[in-house]
Formats: sequence, C-alpha cells, structure tokens
Amino acid sequence: MKNVPLFPHHEGSSFFDFLTCHYPQAAPFHGDVRGGQVAPLLDVPRQAGPSIPFGTTVLAMKYREGVVIAGDRRATEGFQIADRRIEKVFKIDEYSAMAIAGAAGPCIEMARLFQTELEHYEKLEGVQLSCEGKANKLGQMVKANLPMVFQGLVVMPLYVGYDGRRREGRIFKYDITGGRYEESEYHAIGSGGKDARNTIREHFRDGLTEEEALRISLLALYNAADEDVGTGGPDVIRGIYPSAKLAAASGIVDVTDERMRLVYDEMITGRTKRK
Amino acid sequence: MALPYYVSPEQMMQDKAEYAKKGIAKGRSIIVLEYSDGVLLAADNPSASLHKISEVYDNIAFAGAGKYSEFENLRKAGIRHADLTGYMYSREDVSARSLSNAYSQSLGTAFGQEVKPLEVELLVVQVGNNDHPNEIYRISFDGSITDEKAFAVIGGRSEHVQAYLKERSSTPLPALKVALALCHAALEQVANQKLPSEHLEVAVLDRTRNGRKFRRLSVGETRQLIAS
Repeated sequence: MKNVPLFPHHEGSSFFDFLTCHYPQAAPFHGDVRGGQVAPLLDVPRQAGPSIPFGTTVLAMKYREGVVIAGDRRATEGFQIADRRIEKVFKIDEYSAMAIAGAAGPCIEMARLFQTELEHYEKLEGVQLSCEGKANKLGQMVKANLPMVFQGLVVMPLYVGYDGRRREGRIFKYDITGGRYEESEYHAIGSGGKDARNTIREHFRDGLTEEEALRISLLALYNAADEDVGTGGPDVIRGIYPSAKLAAASGIVDVTDERMRLVYDEMITGRTKRK
Repeated sequence: MALPYYVSPEQMMQDKAEYAKKGIAKGRSIIVLEYSDGVLLAADNPSASLHKISEVYDNIAFAGAGKYSEFENLRKAGIRHADLTGYMYSREDVSARSLSNAYSQSLGTAFGQEVKPLEVELLVVQVGNNDHPNEIYRISFDGSITDEKAFAVIGGRSEHVQAYLKERSSTPLPALKVALALCHAALEQVANQKLPSEHLEVAVLDRTRNGRKFRRLSVGETRQLIAS
C-alpha cells in the first residue's frame, strides 16, 4: 500500500533523486548512460579529446574569516559575445555558494537544482547537511552529468562554503567525472583560470584580510580578462563589473557593485600611471 | 466461494470515521493563530526532536496531528510537491491552496479506498504579503477541507481549544508575545496542567523576514517571550 495516495511514492531526502526518478523529463541530466540518444556519441571524446571549451574565469580564495568567490560576467558563442552581464556566481544556501564554468544552460540548471536539493534536504531532515556533505552531493550531480559532457555540455563547478563546525571557509573543485578535491588556499577554473591562478600565486599568503582577498581576486580576474578572450573585464562604460560573494560566519554576502567599482577605479588609475 | 458479509456503506464510513477520530483524539492539540506580523504555530509537544510543525516552502508551513508516522509521510510528500512546483515553475507559484487540495484528494482517497483510514488532521498555512491575506486550511482525515480565519486548532480536544480562543480572539491582530501567551494559556487550560516552555513547539511564519519566512523559536526564546 502506498502510504500517501496520489503523491508519488518516494523514499529518501534527495530532490535530485526524486526528480530523476519520477520526472526524468524535467531533470536536466540523469545518470543513465545507457540512454539511446547518448550512446552513439560516446566515441567523440576519443577523437577530439575531452577539451573543455568554456570561456569564463571564476575563482575562490580563502581569507582570515572565510572565502571569497568571484567570476567575470561574459558569455560567449564562438567568437560572438552572447551576454555581457551573465551571473556565474550563485548563492546556494545561507553558508555556501558556487561558481560555474561550462555550457551556460546546464550550468545555471545545475545551480538551481543544487539550491533546491540543499533546501529540500534541510526541510525533510530538519537539519542542514554538513559542508562536506554538500560538496559530495554536488560531486554526484557533476558525475550524473557525465553523459552530457560527451555531447560537449560541460558543467564545471567551483564550490565554497563556510564550515560552521571547523569555523573556516572551504573550497572544493571538481573534475568531469564528479571527482571532488579540496583546495587549501585558492583555485580558479575556466578558460582564464590558469591566468588567474598565476596572478593569485604571486600575491596570496595565509591570513589575508577580506579587503586584500577581494583586491587580489579582482586583480586576478582583470589579468585573466587581459589574456583570455573568453573572460570579460570590467566594463566601465556600461558599469558592468565582475560579481563576487563572501562566505563567512555571518553567511553569504554579496559584494556590491559600488565596492567593486572602487577597487577597479584604483587598480585602473594605478595601471594608467605606470605608462 | 463464500459471499463476503454485507456491510452498508453508511456503516462502513461511520466505522472508519470513528476509528480515525479516536486515533486523533488521543493526541495533543496544535494551534495556528494569526498575529500582527504573520502566523504563529504552537503545539503541545514534549519531544524536542519529533516535530509536529514544519516548514514547507518560502511562506508555507505545515502542522500535523494524530499518528506521527502518517502525518510525517504526508509532510514529506507535501515538501516534495512544493519543491517540485517551485523548481518546474517559479518560487512564487507554490501555493498553500494547491497543496491543501492535493492533501485533501490524498486523504479522501485513503479514506474511501483503504481498509484503515489515516488517523491524521492537517493544517496548511500561508502567510500573506502585500495586502494578500493569510490563508489557513484545515484538512481532516476524510479529506474534507475547511478554510479558517484568525485561528485554527487540530488534534485531541480541539473543540475546547477552539471555544477558548473564540472567546478571546481580538481585532486588530495581537503582537507575537500576546499571541503566544494566548496559545500557551489555551493549551494549558485544555491539558489541565502547567505546560513548561520545553513542552511547547513554537514556530512562526514571519512576513517581515527576507526569503524563507518560516522560523522555529528556540526553547529559550519561547520561555523569554512567555515570561516577559
């Protein structure tokens, strides 16, 4: 007997499982690699190699009280700019945020699904998942997306959270198979990720203040935009600046456009004088 | 083949209703009361971890009385329903009315088709915003649904609590402190004994909050509110 007639019968506290099980057509991706439409394309990466063609730079960096996570705002379609103010950094719940690189549609879908997933768990179980639990759950979702990767639809998240039990910010990076790796200092992904990491490496030290961390993050994004066509720099004319969030004990806080503008104004003035 | 005994439909329904009512009457009461900034939910519940009141969505809460395993299942199904609607459409498209209807259909089906009816009574509450009034729906074990105003009570001896509240309900709506004191007094009066604040499960749907309006009050907070 079904305990609750007319509602879909389901056990477990995962919304992702619920959706893929009962409403697969609404799920953006599901782990069924045997699916007919996916199988014929499985040999594509062997020819092309699993290149990761996404134009973006998103980064995360620890500071004394937490983590800063930031990303540029450009979306590209080939050599065209598809969007100048797309949002790549998402607040997931009160204490965690994620930034994404990859195909825009599935990326945004995954962020939305992950938001629902965590809230769903919290409501059903009455407690929040641990920081580590959330990171692992995201890994499973990335893994479920693997068949889509072979069709070129990569979703690559960078996840940060404030771990209330350890009283510190944490950074997690992933690979396309759902592998989850914790970073102890900073990380950057996307086509400009390497450039951003190069910049951060030169400036990072333990125990940065919030202001310093934000400044280095924005500098790294600026340099990445300088080297990488897929990454957008600050657009002074339109007033579009990269977006950033801070994860600390008080929760997730947006960095205002105004604060971004001040940091960039100073940076640009400094660079202009060098000439 | 032996013929089954004939039982008239009236008799069968009556028996089921009696059975369900008996089960629900054993439990304690839960009150939902509108206050100035939203809706207050208060339950006589000695357990600190087995909740009778729960968040469902941004501005929707759930309360269940009767058999724990049964209303817990309904609660989970309701959250899945709400999260699914919110995910497929938008957060603002999740409504207490649609959820209450789903519950009503579900309980009605169970009551009509199953040998054992569900021994539960539910409240689905939505806090209003921007001049939209609060909504309170009470769903009974047989799927009948009532739209309540100002306050609603479920669980054992709910008529007594209702009568108590009816005498004392006021317009304009009371402040949170006054509303909680009223609920506390009503539950104590019906239980016929002192009710320490640890035995009160209290939550609010507070329309002044950003995003998710549901908030559980800690024992300390409840104690402070009652004492002051």
